[in-house]
Amino acid sequence: MSLTPDDIRRLGELARIRFDEAEQADLLKRLNEVFGIIEQLRAVDTTGVVPMTHPQAAPLRQRADEVTEVDQREANQACAPAVEDGLYLVPRVVE
Amino acid sequence: MKEVTSLDFSDLQRALAARELSAVEVADGYLEAAAASRLNAFLDIQPELTRRQAQAADAALAAAGRSSGHAAQGPVAMPLLGIPVAHKDIFVTRGWRSTAGSRMLGDYRSPFDAAVVERVAAAGAVCIGKLNCDEFAMGSASENPVYGPVRNPWDTERVAGGSSGGSAAAVAAGLVPFATGTDTGGSVRQPAAMCGVTGIKPTYGRVSRYGMIAFASSLDQGGVIARSAEECALLLQAMVGFDPRDSTSLQLPDEDFFAACAGHPLDPSLQGTRASAGATESAPLAGLRIGLPREFFGEGLAADVRQAVEDGIAALRALGAATVPVSLPRTDLAIPAYYVIAPAEASSNLSRFDGVRYGHRAAEYGDLRDMYMRTRAEGFGSEVKRRIMVGCYVLSHGYYDAYYVKAQQLRRLIADDFDRVFGEVDLIAGPVSPTTAWRIGEQTDDPVRNYLADIFTLPASLAGLPAMSVPCGFGAGRLPVGLQLIAPYLQEARLFAAAGALQRATRWHLERPPAERAPS
Repeated sequence: MSLTPDDIRRLGELARIRFDEAEQADLLKRLNEVFGIIEQLRAVDTTGVVPMTHPQAAPLRQRADEVTEVDQREANQACAPAVEDGLYLVPRVVE
Repeated sequence: MKEVTSLDFSDLQRALAARELSAVEVADGYLEAAAASRLNAFLDIQPELTRRQAQAADAALAAAGRSSGHAAQGPVAMPLLGIPVAHKDIFVTRGWRSTAGSRMLGDYRSPFDAAVVERVAAAGAVCIGKLNCDEFAMGSASENPVYGPVRNPWDTERVAGGSSGGSAAAVAAGLVPFATGTDTGGSVRQPAAMCGVTGIKPTYGRVSRYGMIAFASSLDQGGVIARSAEECALLLQAMVGFDPRDSTSLQLPDEDFFAACAGHPLDPSLQGTRASAGATESAPLAGLRIGLPREFFGEGLAADVRQAVEDGIAALRALGAATVPVSLPRTDLAIPAYYVIAPAEASSNLSRFDGVRYGHRAAEYGDLRDMYMRTRAEGFGSEVKRRIMVGCYVLSHGYYDAYYVKAQQLRRLIADDFDRVFGEVDLIAGPVSPTTAWRIGEQTDDPVRNYLADIFTLPASLAGLPAMSVPCGFGAGRLPVGLQLIAPYLQEARLFAAAGALQRATRWHLERPPAERAPS
């Protein structure tokens, strides 16, 4: 397998990261090297092996459905790039 | 009296308890050393915050002295009271910056403390500051693209290892007695090895991940770097315990890791599986069986590292342990499995950095999508971007089964190999890293070379097992080498017992790097 410049552009869109042309060329080279290692996986027969998603076998714990958090909106929004009236400001998305 | 930073840990404890030194004096001594150091181990120091914590420790020490009537005996109940500590800048802190080593969080101020930070402070330790690391803990050299490389105190032209490189360098240079770290694929063990200090990554789920900036959530685990196993035990003790705010935090019976350092690795009271028959003072590890995986001693291992690791193993044998050749046949496959799983989880975790709620936002942008794309282009460094891209690829339609599910199946096989081997032996020993520390700049931005060097630490990470790096001597150029010990699930006490016995009998962990030279 080998990634193409189109793959890099598509992945950049998926990752929401802008790359200029020089960066795309470098990524193409480096990611192909990385996939050179990753490809070793495909040679292994894993028929019937249950995927291990997590080191803990137990199901995730659930807590009681109770309100436990206090309102910390001000503290949490203090580090936001742009807020107004308790809302996060972003470019308009609905006309 | 000697400078506070040159006192060893127990002398420091004694002097604080006896009120010969105040916690403020100790903190000031360490703050001064940290400020004077040119290792670039620290990312943020706030002397006023540190002094405030030290003053509180002094008040508690004075109160403890009054109530016991024997100040000199000190408050044994709080062994960390007044002792300086520093946190890897992956744990969020109120007051100190919380950057994750990234431009993305360069100006971020956390509104809360990580669980680890909270607990260590509650134990009375005094925070000296935040420690440099690889960006978002992704890397093995701590050559931070924004804040500069951490320098190895044994040779300042070399890397400190990573990603907890600031933690390891600071402890090795005596800039702090112990430090927290995080380990996703070896990020506590490898820098500890390269800087000649002791480090432990506990079992996944031991240490709360609340407030530990997420990289790969099924692998990330908080850990400790200190000079000795005993000192690691004291700090880890303060960090572990159930935390309802982390859904993977384990509810476990209390254990005493410090006491474990003086015990036998298979003592049933330490939850060992077999009796410690035959252990004596001269053979404290008698009865312990240590597996040596042949895949850990192959041709990729540098000769000088092999020699030091074999010396370490010989020392364990001299203490009565038996060594047994074993096989972990999928060791090589840990690299591709890890470098699919970790980037996949990272690409998901790092999607939260969008310039909306916290962190960097590009100065100029058009629509919302353009804002995301410029913000993330500016905020992330090249290795982080590469991993996000790999993660997006292996999770994308048409590739998910071929890569992501496949890697998880490999992960199962790797964990099964450990289960099988731990049916025959009690611990596994081998190298931490195939080489000693490399030169700064030598393999920056060469992902493949860096990934291949993780081979010996990745398997235990994938299986979620506790593992430790213990100093075992030096390679060429007097660069430190670490011996890795891996234990079965939740058997940290066994690691502490083996490392404790080793460190009582040997002097490798007592070696110190040359003093930092004043800038020329």
